[in-house]
Amino acid sequence: MLGPIAQNLVFGIMVGGLYGLAAVGLSLVFGVTKFLNVAHGELLMLGGYAGFWIFTLWGVDPFLSLPLVVVCLVLIGLVLYKLLFARMVKLTEENKIKNTLLVGFGLSLVFQNMALRLWSADDRGITTAYSGQALTLFGVRFPVVRLASLAIAVVTLLLLDLFLHRTYTGKAIRATVQDWEAATLMGIDIHRVYLLSFVVGAAVAGIAGALVSVGYSIEPAMGLEWTLIALIVMVLGGLGSIVGTFVGGLVLGVTQSLTSYWIGGTYREIVALLIFLVVLVFRPQGLFGSKEG
Amino acid sequence: MLTVEEIDAGYKDLQALWGISLAVNEGEIVALVGPNGAGKTTTLRVISGLLKPSAGCVLLRGRSLAKEPAHRIVELGISQVPEGGRIFTGLTVLENLELGAFGSNARKVKDQSLQWVFGIFSRLEERQRQRAGTLSGGERQMLAIGRALMSKPGLLLLDEPSFGLAPLLVEQIFQMITEINRQGVTILLVEQNVRAALELTQRAYVIENGRIVGQGSGEALLSFESVRSAYLGSS
Ligand SMILES: Nc1ncnc2c1ncn2[C@@H]1O[C@H](COP(=O)(O)OP(=O)(O)OP(=O)(O)O)[C@@H](O)[C@H]1O
Ligand SMILES: [Mg+2]
Repeated sequence: MLGPIAQNLVFGIMVGGLYGLAAVGLSLVFGVTKFLNVAHGELLMLGGYAGFWIFTLWGVDPFLSLPLVVVCLVLIGLVLYKLLFARMVKLTEENKIKNTLLVGFGLSLVFQNMALRLWSADDRGITTAYSGQALTLFGVRFPVVRLASLAIAVVTLLLLDLFLHRTYTGKAIRATVQDWEAATLMGIDIHRVYLLSFVVGAAVAGIAGALVSVGYSIEPAMGLEWTLIALIVMVLGGLGSIVGTFVGGLVLGVTQSLTSYWIGGTYREIVALLIFLVVLVFRPQGLFGSKEG
Repeated sequence: MLTVEEIDAGYKDLQALWGISLAVNEGEIVALVGPNGAGKTTTLRVISGLLKPSAGCVLLRGRSLAKEPAHRIVELGISQVPEGGRIFTGLTVLENLELGAFGSNARKVKDQSLQWVFGIFSRLEERQRQRAGTLSGGERQMLAIGRALMSKPGLLLLDEPSFGLAPLLVEQIFQMITEINRQGVTILLVEQNVRAALELTQRAYVIENGRIVGQGSGEALLSFESVRSAYLGSS
C-alpha cells in the first residue's frame, strides 16, 4: 500500500520540477512585460522537438544538446519579440494582455501546424541507451533520466535566481517588474529588459521541453496543456518568487500524480483546475507570494 | 544649465501644459510651486523624457533633449526623484542605491557615490541590508533622494519631497537638499509646501492651470499678494 504511494510521490516530484521550470519562464515574462504569452507551451514543444531532432539527426545525447536547444529558443524568442511583441510595449496593461492573448493564440496555431507538417502527429520521445535504467531505493524506482531532468531543472532555476539577485542586469529586471517608470528614471532601458526577459523565458521553456522529450513524450498539440500547467503553477507560486514557483510546480505534480493513482488519470486536469480556483479565491497572491512582489 | 522653451504637453485628450518656459542656472535651487493639478509633475516628466512634448523643447547646456529617450537623459545628467519616491520596496536599500548608478559612467564610480550618499544620509548606511519596504516614510524619501544622487546628476529634479512627512522631518529633508546643492548639484524643486520652498530657494516659478503665472526671487514671491492668499493662508 505504501509502496505505490511513495512511487507516485516520486513521479509527481519529478514531473513537478518540469512544471516549475515551465512556469518560471512564463512568470518571468509576465512579471516584467505584462505579456501573457499563451504560446509559451508551444515554445516548450519547439524545445522538445529541437532536442528530438538533434538526437535523431546527429545522435547527440539529449542532455549534452541542451545548450544547442537554448540557442535555438533564444533565436526564436528574439525573432518573435522583434517581430510581434516589441510593438506592444507601449500599450496600457489591459490592452497588452488582450493583444498578447490574441497574438499568442495565433502563434500557437501556427507552431502546432508547423510541427504537424515537420514531425507528424505521432508521439515522439528520445530513447537513449540508458533510458530504461533506474535506481531502486526501498522498492521505489527512480528512473535515471527523470532524476537527471529534475536535477537540471533545479540547477536552471538556481542559476536564474542567482542571476536575478546577484547581477546588475538581474536587479534591473526586478526593479522593472516592480515599477518600470521608476526603473527608467534609474537610466534602465526597459525595452532591453523586456527583450532579455522574453528571450530568457523562451530559453527556459526550451530546456523544459527538451527534458520532457527525454523523460516523457512530445507531440505537436502538447502546447496548450503546458501553457495551462504553467499558468496554474504561476498562480500557485505567486509572481516574483522563483522558489515559490518551483514549489508550486512540485505541489501540482504531486497532487496530479496521487489523484491519478487514487481516482484515475482522467481527473488530472480537473484536479489541477480545482487547485487553481481554490488558490485564486483564497490566496490570490499565490501560496508563497507576498503582495509586494 | 536647463532651459525649457514654450512646452505644450498632455495626456490623450487633455492638454496639461501650455507654453511652459523656465530656466535653471548652474548651481541654483529653483522652485516650481502651484496648486494641485497645476502641471508641476507633468513639467518634470517632460524634462526627464517620460513624456514627450507636443511643442517646444527642453535644452540641457544648450543641447536639445527632444530625441533622447528617458533612460539616456539620466546619463546626460538629469536625475528625478518622482512624486512619492517610488523606491523599489521589494529590493534592499543597497540594491535601490546600486540601481541609481545603473548608467555606465555612474557605475564606474559607484562605490565613491555610495560613500557620498551615506555621508549625507547616514540612516541609509545603517539600513542598507534591509528591504526598502520596511523603511519609515522619512527614510523612504531619503532613499529616493539618495538613489537619484547615485547617478551623479548635474541637475536634480525633486517632486514634492516633503509630501506626507511630519514637520520636523520636512525641516531635515530641506536641510539635506540645501546641503546637496552646496555640494554642487543644481536643483529644481517642486513643492506644495510653498513657504518652506520659497525660503530655501533663490528663485521660483508659479504655475497654475498649466501656465507659468509668476516668477521671481523666493523672497519677492513670499510677499506677492496672490501667492500669499493662495498658498500661504492668511498669516
Ligand atoms: N497620467 C495622467 N493621465 C491623464 N491626465 C493626467 C495624468 N497625470 C496628470 N494628469 C492631469 O494633468 C494635469 C496636471 O497634473 P500634474 O500631475 O502635472 O499636476 P501637479 O501640479 O503635479 O499636481 P499635484 O500637486 O496634485 O501633484 C491635471 O489636470 C491632471 O489631472
Ligand atoms: Mg504632482
